Amino acid sequence: MPNVQRNIVKTATGNRAEKKWSMIKKDIIRNRYIYLILLPVVAYYIVFHYGPMYGLQIAFKDYGLADGIWGSPWMGFDHFESFFGNHYFWRLIRNTLLINIYELLFAFPASIILALLLNEIRRSFFKRIVQTISYLPHFISIVVVVGMMIDFFARDGLVNQLLGMIGLEPIAFMQEPGWFRFMYVSSGVWQGIGWGSIIYLAAIANIDPTLYDAARIDGAGRWKQTLHITLPGIMPTIVILLILNMGSMLSVGSEKIILMYNPMTYETADVISTYVFRKGILGADFGYTAAVGLFNSVISFILIVLANSISKRVSEHKLW
Amino acid sequence: MFHKRSLGESIFSVVNTCFMLLLCFVTLYPFLYVLFASLSDPAEIARFRGMLFFPTGFNLDAYKAVIDNPMILTGYRNTLFYVAGGTIINLFMTTLGAYALSRRNVYFNNSIMLIIVITMVFNGGLIPTFLLVNSLGMLDTPWALLLPGAISSFNLIIMRTAFQAVPVSLEESARIDGANDWIIMSRIIVPLSMPVIAVMVLWYAVGHWNSYFSALIYLRDRELFPLQLVLREILISNSTDSMTTDAAATDRLDIGITIKYATIIISTLPILCLYPFLQKYFVHGVLIGALKE
Repeated sequence: MPNVQRNIVKTATGNRAEKKWSMIKKDIIRNRYIYLILLPVVAYYIVFHYGPMYGLQIAFKDYGLADGIWGSPWMGFDHFESFFGNHYFWRLIRNTLLINIYELLFAFPASIILALLLNEIRRSFFKRIVQTISYLPHFISIVVVVGMMIDFFARDGLVNQLLGMIGLEPIAFMQEPGWFRFMYVSSGVWQGIGWGSIIYLAAIANIDPTLYDAARIDGAGRWKQTLHITLPGIMPTIVILLILNMGSMLSVGSEKIILMYNPMTYETADVISTYVFRKGILGADFGYTAAVGLFNSVISFILIVLANSISKRVSEHKLW
Repeated sequence: MFHKRSLGESIFSVVNTCFMLLLCFVTLYPFLYVLFASLSDPAEIARFRGMLFFPTGFNLDAYKAVIDNPMILTGYRNTLFYVAGGTIINLFMTTLGAYALSRRNVYFNNSIMLIIVITMVFNGGLIPTFLLVNSLGMLDTPWALLLPGAISSFNLIIMRTAFQAVPVSLEESARIDGANDWIIMSRIIVPLSMPVIAVMVLWYAVGHWNSYFSALIYLRDRELFPLQLVLREILISNSTDSMTTDAAATDRLDIGITIKYATIIISTLPILCLYPFLQKYFVHGVLIGALKE
């Protein structure tokens, strides 16, 4: 492109930007109320969401409370190196991944299966009762749920009393590392299965009923209808929830684990986020645990992007 | 619709019904057990083995001990305050955001949406958030439980979608009559979106009612503890001693167990009582979220 022409283009864009800016100014004055309404919301996001992101730099600093975030000296990747070299590192990674993989394998499909089974119930009164009851545990606080677990699964608790009646040895479910993942995932299923199914039931309700009529004429039984119409019909919902699950994989569960675990079960229960809580909040080792937390967030971010692009390629369903 | 069932389908139907009954039993029975046990005589429940289908003996001492416990009372009071205050702040802020971002005449709409969506997939994490709350001087104040979670981005997006569904013509005619954005929001958009607002109230309120983690991190002063944190001490850290000081040592152990059960009942009672009335709204809310996706 000759020089002259390029200059013309440049001044034109300069003018355009200027014009746009003055239009924005005019708009802000004319629609001042809406910008006023927006102000606290933007301020909230900047302070409480981007503030912590700014504070993440302490992951690369020798943080001292007195020096503050900005005043503390830089120290590069030292925190990360000491985390990767920590003998707990692989234990944390293993526990975090295993708990999440088990959830993905058992808890995630559980709601889908319940929705499909509920859909097969023809008596709507019975169906409503089952739904109402199965949603209930979702509204019980996690403290109460874990409190009830500790009581029922104690060495002399209800579950062991029943096991004893059929001649089994008592098991200390909450103290044995080998049982932790099972207890964590199965209690999660108990609490969330009904609530999780709502969204799939909604998706099922949105399926075009003429598809079923057509299938029936073609001689498809209930099983074939489920396999070829219902399941494909709710596939977009399944995929989107799966992607969302992938993204929260590494951060999920710390609130419940903190209530459930004890030093005896750290072996299988301690995950990255509970480690951050113990070392950071209780131990006040801020710089180091911020680095551990950042590691966690970055991996989560990569997972969600990965899940999204895989699903885009495989099934054409995507989150963005 | 009736059609001829094959044998396989009939068997499936029976198995399915049995499975649903089992699910209902497994879901409900723990609560019933806790209820029966809390009403039982502590000495008898200590000896009892197996499943309870009614209280053994009858004794309300545990409930008396729970109600007399000052921590439960302050916990209840604090939680009610956090639920009310927190929900009002949540609702106000979410409505502002949802309204502003649902209008077409805001210049930076898309960039602000992007800023919000980014926070849904990436955040600073526990430690920087804690340090921020600390440096704002909110540690050990109720503000730490009310402000950092003032908006749930997910709820904001749901509400924005609902606001966008209100016909533009209503807004335009109000503007001709001289209404500004504040009036349009509070007099037109919000009243027309009441079902969604009701769902938001419920979601936020239940969230505040059940939350314990932020209180665990931010509060040291026991006078500020919400109910869930008091429950944690009683149910998880196992300290019923403070409530049983006037009982003999063996009785104390026995009544300690029924006190736990009574605590569970008293602390979940509000939710259990409201649940049947609120259930349809809860479900409605999930459906709104589902349609969005």
